[in-house]
Amino acid sequence: MNILVCMKQILDPEVPARDFRIDAARKEAERGSASLVTNIFCENALETALQFREKAGGTITVLSFGAPGAEDTLRKALAMKADVAALVVDDSDANPNPLTVARVLAAAIRRLGAFDVILTGREAGDWGAGQTGALLAEELGMPYVAFADALEPGLRIKRQTESGWEILEAQTPLVVSITNDEHNVPRIPKVRDVMMAHRQPLTQWSVAELGVEAAEYYEVIELAIPQRETRCELVDVDTLARRLAEVAAG
Amino acid sequence: MSGIALVIFGSPADRAALGLAGAAEQLGGASRAIVVEDYQPEPVLDALVEACRGADVILLSNDTYSQEVAPRLAHRLGGACVGDGTALSVVDGKLRVTRQVYGGKANAVIELRRTPAVVWLRARSFRSAATPVAALLSGSESGDSRRRTPKIIERRETKSETRLEDARVIVSGGRGIGGPEGFANELEPLAKLLGAQLAASRAACDAGWVPPAWQVGQTGKKVAPDLYLAVAITGASQHMAGISEAKTIAAINIDPDAPIFKHARFGIVDDYKKVVPLLRQKLAGLKS
Repeated sequence: MNILVCMKQILDPEVPARDFRIDAARKEAERGSASLVTNIFCENALETALQFREKAGGTITVLSFGAPGAEDTLRKALAMKADVAALVVDDSDANPNPLTVARVLAAAIRRLGAFDVILTGREAGDWGAGQTGALLAEELGMPYVAFADALEPGLRIKRQTESGWEILEAQTPLVVSITNDEHNVPRIPKVRDVMMAHRQPLTQWSVAELGVEAAEYYEVIELAIPQRETRCELVDVDTLARRLAEVAAG
Repeated sequence: MSGIALVIFGSPADRAALGLAGAAEQLGGASRAIVVEDYQPEPVLDALVEACRGADVILLSNDTYSQEVAPRLAHRLGGACVGDGTALSVVDGKLRVTRQVYGGKANAVIELRRTPAVVWLRARSFRSAATPVAALLSGSESGDSRRRTPKIIERRETKSETRLEDARVIVSGGRGIGGPEGFANELEPLAKLLGAQLAASRAACDAGWVPPAWQVGQTGKKVAPDLYLAVAITGASQHMAGISEAKTIAAINIDPDAPIFKHARFGIVDDYKKVVPLLRQKLAGLKS
């Protein structure tokens, strides 16, 4: 089974709200002193792929579309023992819309070869559009399953729903988006593997080399930091009970 | 906006469905509603493409199935999709959707540049429609007819009550609860007294104290209840991203500097193990 995992590098979501700033002209977050990290759901996806390979064999390719620094995300994925890595360098300053992202990833995937399962994270911790997997499936003409947290040989997919979980039986090829679960917490790479990952080959393309043009989809009109701070009234248990009962009664 | 279609997974009487219809009323009212019964991903997508043809706007809720189909539906109809909307407006004939980004640290207004505009909403963020959704029903779609994969072969409910997204009152526990016993012995009876659903922070779910389906926050459910009682939850921005649309937040936390108190309307600074048993007594007293 050959698996491809799409991975995104993002501004560290743990940056505290008081340090978060916006560049109004670019309608993007300011980098500031925040570090860049791999989106957690992408790491959950890679971990899911690694566990699947342990059971069923095959290869894992990791692919990213991002700034040149996204190489760090791919090197870390190689250190976690992905086999092959490729980066499509986004040289524009703008935040690409989900359709453009899907088209770029689809073009890169076609160049990389044939894959049985393509994984994405459920959403990214920056813009969180939650569309990459679904649009990629459409661009590649494949079926799609969202919110999965485990793959079993066969192919069986377990996914989370509002009220519990469900199992899907699937045939390859398909695209699956991965959410977090206690079983797919990303492993910590070994120091030796981190060092080796820096010597591994890494394919790089520009968007132009893939022949993809930016698609019209949607535009960010406004980006603003909400000002909402409520003054909390500290009460005793009697008052708490009474007010909870009032609000709960509607 | 003309030609607004609602796509409903579940009952047209659910709060989420009424919220969709309410959102559509702000744009002039829905012209049709499609209810999906017995969901299977691929056949339902095909059926929805046919059922939604000609619509300018297609509204869905923020459940698993809606989020799975919405971008694909937009793609097949040549439209554009945006998710997790909490407000809608129309400017120069184009739909604009407000949504949180960066884990709730910022709000973005996004204009859709293709038709149809396919939008999944935090349905409870919108007031319920004046007219019942049933009046709009244009048909129901079912997905089990063809042998196609992926096919859902097993469904398991770990929670039998209303979906968290539809809950009017939520009692939620965090890392400070300390273990599954705190949820079972303290929060569950409290939730029962308030007619509330139970939920949890990521820390409590990751620790395995409660099922992952209970998780509220940036990486969990986005909820909009009338009352959200946060018990032993610090209130990190990742958690607050899931409850920014809650009408009233109340908090019980031992730490007076916990960020949750910047969002709560009222609360108590003390150990929940002391507060909750007393609170239960008082609530039981108020009931009788």
